[in-house]
Amino acid sequence: MKTINKIFLFLITIIFLANTSYANLKNERVDKISKNLRCLICQGQSIYDSQSDFALSVRDLIIKKIDEGEKDDNIYKYLKLKYGDWIVYEPELNKNTILLWILPLILFIFGGLLIFRKVIIKLNKNNV
Amino acid sequence: MKKKINFIIIFSLIIFIFITFIIGLNKNSTYTTANIKNVNIENFKSKELFSDEIINFINPNFKKKITILNIWASWCLPCRTEHEFLINLSENKEVILVGLNYKDKTENAKSFLNELGNPYEKVLIDDKGLISIELGAFGVPETYIINNQEKKIIKKYVGPIDEIKSKEIESLVKS
Repeated sequence: MKTINKIFLFLITIIFLANTSYANLKNERVDKISKNLRCLICQGQSIYDSQSDFALSVRDLIIKKIDEGEKDDNIYKYLKLKYGDWIVYEPELNKNTILLWILPLILFIFGGLLIFRKVIIKLNKNNV
Repeated sequence: MKKKINFIIIFSLIIFIFITFIIGLNKNSTYTTANIKNVNIENFKSKELFSDEIINFINPNFKKKITILNIWASWCLPCRTEHEFLINLSENKEVILVGLNYKDKTENAKSFLNELGNPYEKVLIDDKGLISIELGAFGVPETYIINNQEKKIIKKYVGPIDEIKSKEIESLVKS
């Protein structure tokens, strides 16, 4: 009888631990996704930060989608389809945002070349 | 010569930045989802406010040309101002007006409609706000004009319906 009790207790502990770790993982995913989403009706806040009705509903939707077994990428895609690219903080690379992504790179290379040229000229002068 | 080239480069860069700022300042920076249209409307199920039955939003009985889906709540003040325009629109024979009651108390919603009149064919309940988010709504009030044949949102109105918007909707229905 005692061994049965022990096994029972052991099983319950295992189930409890598995449950809490699953809940923790889920909460972490909800937090991660909601930190990457912009609250559209509040200024400068993410869905994670905001307590507005809109943000709370979006968070509920994220939980629902996770329960349905959706991957993070699919949740972002779904929300982008409904609300446009603006809802995510990091803009996707497409023909409208190409300048946004490429301009810093061009400026960086251009600046680098300028500095490189100046250094070379200075070195040459010193050598002469 | 070199100095001249440098001057031209810097000068054109300043002009470019200046023009970008001027264009940026004149652009409306408030983001709205009103431009996201021609999206397929997904069917959803919910409880009806008066009958308590669980019904589908896309209903085979809806044989008219246009469905107007209006998201509203009794606690929302602009919903009161748009109500008379919704009543006028509900008289149009080509239109089915469906309400989606957003995060509201059932009694409050019912008394709101008893007081101001009920323009809706059906009122579906969205107590958690999930249906509205799945539709891509910002908040309340919001109105979607849906082409019943294509099952597509052809126009979105964020904010209350007024005289201009209601005339626009009527001409959309006619076209």
